[in-house]
Amino acid sequence: MRYIEQQTVVKRMDGRLIINAVFKYLFMAATLLALLALVILLYRIVTQGAGHLSIDFLMNFASRFPEQAGIKAALVGSLWLMMVVAPTSIILGVGSAIYLEEYARQNRITTFIRMNISNLAGVPSVVFGLLGLTIFVRALSLGNSVLAAGFTMSLLILPVIVVASQEAIRSVPGELRDASYGMGATKWQTIVKIILPAAIPGVLTGSILALSRAIGETAPLIVIGIPVIIQFLPAGVMDTFTALPMQIYDWSSRPQQEFQTVAAAGIIVLMAVLLFMNSIAVIIRNKFDKRY
Amino acid sequence: MTTIITKKPIIETVSNQPSKKAVYETKQLNLWYGSNHALKNIDLEIMENEVTAIIGPSGCGKSTYIKTLNRMVELVTSVKTSGEILYRGRNIFDQDYGVEELRTRVGMVFQKPNPFPKSIYDNVAYGPRIHGIKNKKILDEIVEKSLRGAAIWDEVKDRLNENAYSISGGQQQRICIARALAIEPDVILMDEPTSALDPISTLKVEELVQELKKDYSIIIVTHNMQQAARISDKTAFFLNGEVVEFDHTDTIFSNPSDKRTEDYISGRFG
Repeated sequence: MRYIEQQTVVKRMDGRLIINAVFKYLFMAATLLALLALVILLYRIVTQGAGHLSIDFLMNFASRFPEQAGIKAALVGSLWLMMVVAPTSIILGVGSAIYLEEYARQNRITTFIRMNISNLAGVPSVVFGLLGLTIFVRALSLGNSVLAAGFTMSLLILPVIVVASQEAIRSVPGELRDASYGMGATKWQTIVKIILPAAIPGVLTGSILALSRAIGETAPLIVIGIPVIIQFLPAGVMDTFTALPMQIYDWSSRPQQEFQTVAAAGIIVLMAVLLFMNSIAVIIRNKFDKRY
Repeated sequence: MTTIITKKPIIETVSNQPSKKAVYETKQLNLWYGSNHALKNIDLEIMENEVTAIIGPSGCGKSTYIKTLNRMVELVTSVKTSGEILYRGRNIFDQDYGVEELRTRVGMVFQKPNPFPKSIYDNVAYGPRIHGIKNKKILDEIVEKSLRGAAIWDEVKDRLNENAYSISGGQQQRICIARALAIEPDVILMDEPTSALDPISTLKVEELVQELKKDYSIIIVTHNMQQAARISDKTAFFLNGEVVEFDHTDTIFSNPSDKRTEDYISGRFG
């Protein structure tokens, strides 16, 4: 006897095809909805802020007159911040990932550490701000300097970089390690010459996406007391500064209607910086991507 | 358990003179993966300038054994061994015997061609470079000598700077052999080197093995019994982690002394 009757199959076919189609359109609608929200957001910001965008806007310091308000201090401050965050977080993050993937033994403690690094990536940024305030600003007396803010941001994005780098290192085929060890290479030689070059696209993509997060983050900066209106550029890492999201937050919370336009222009600048960083990530990935 | 049992006198050929020295003497080797007893009381003596084939069904421990010879097996955690393996008279498990030093003397070719995602030149020069050779002229010489040794020089000499992934799988495997030759080893371990290759590439690798045994001692693990019969001087038959029989290849394939060997080579199991 047959278990699958041809007649029942035909009878049920219509229902199956309908469900099949329904889900296709359901998922499509979800995508369109997200896209629509993005388009509306971009449209609003561009129409509102584009008029205020000019060379002057990039070259002026903040001002209490909306027409003179510029983003110079914040833009340069964010770049200073990145100069501290990028090396600190990438060196520490990639180093930890190498240790966890290549050196650490698989036991309960390392499993616990691995698990908690992922959890750490989900901790709210304001908590990292409090940590930075306690350790860097107060205990190490760095004040509200570029260095203190940079270290705080580094801690914030460190888990993301560690997890992304771990994934990248793990995806390097084991056969390449075998080939290297099989010729008498030491662990360090294998890491430097084989594993890192193969893992670089993944490591850098993850790192740059994490840095983009750091450049757009506001809460930790507020907590560690970064000022908003400053009329000078930092001369070194021990100087105070302000950053793009701080400046935008300040403008958008002002009562005068004109400052909303200034805030929108600031958002355009911030988004341009983010897009620029993300496209670097894409270029790097395409350039270094190698097939195995 | 694994003495060389000869039922009929073996006619010594020129290449089988008794003056040959042993490269590897395995004595009462046991190996466990956790609680899994993978190799049991292995006794094998591998002679220089010979091709020794290791055959047996999947999971019989043949790959584990060959990986123990250059201690690659230790990359898997929770491996325990007892007994000794003497390489040129020195126990490779000795505390002061560095694995890096051993692996410089013992090259390895793997199951799947595994070139590095680098140029053909950089692949072959990898070994010499990690051992500290920087002189470009010397590297050039080593690369050419190794590629010639692996019978692939003529095919790749005009594309040394191309990525090693741009050539065919069979060529990649010979690049991997060249890469192993570049560290100027004494022994070459081959772990099913042709299992991922087509028949023509397989034939080329087999011819190469015949050529290489003049200068190197070769230990080859293979699933393919015809291959073992074609290219090896001695054959060891592994079953469930034990060496059932170890003898001249001719004897193993024409007149095996153990019933299990006979069953295996005649295709009754495995």
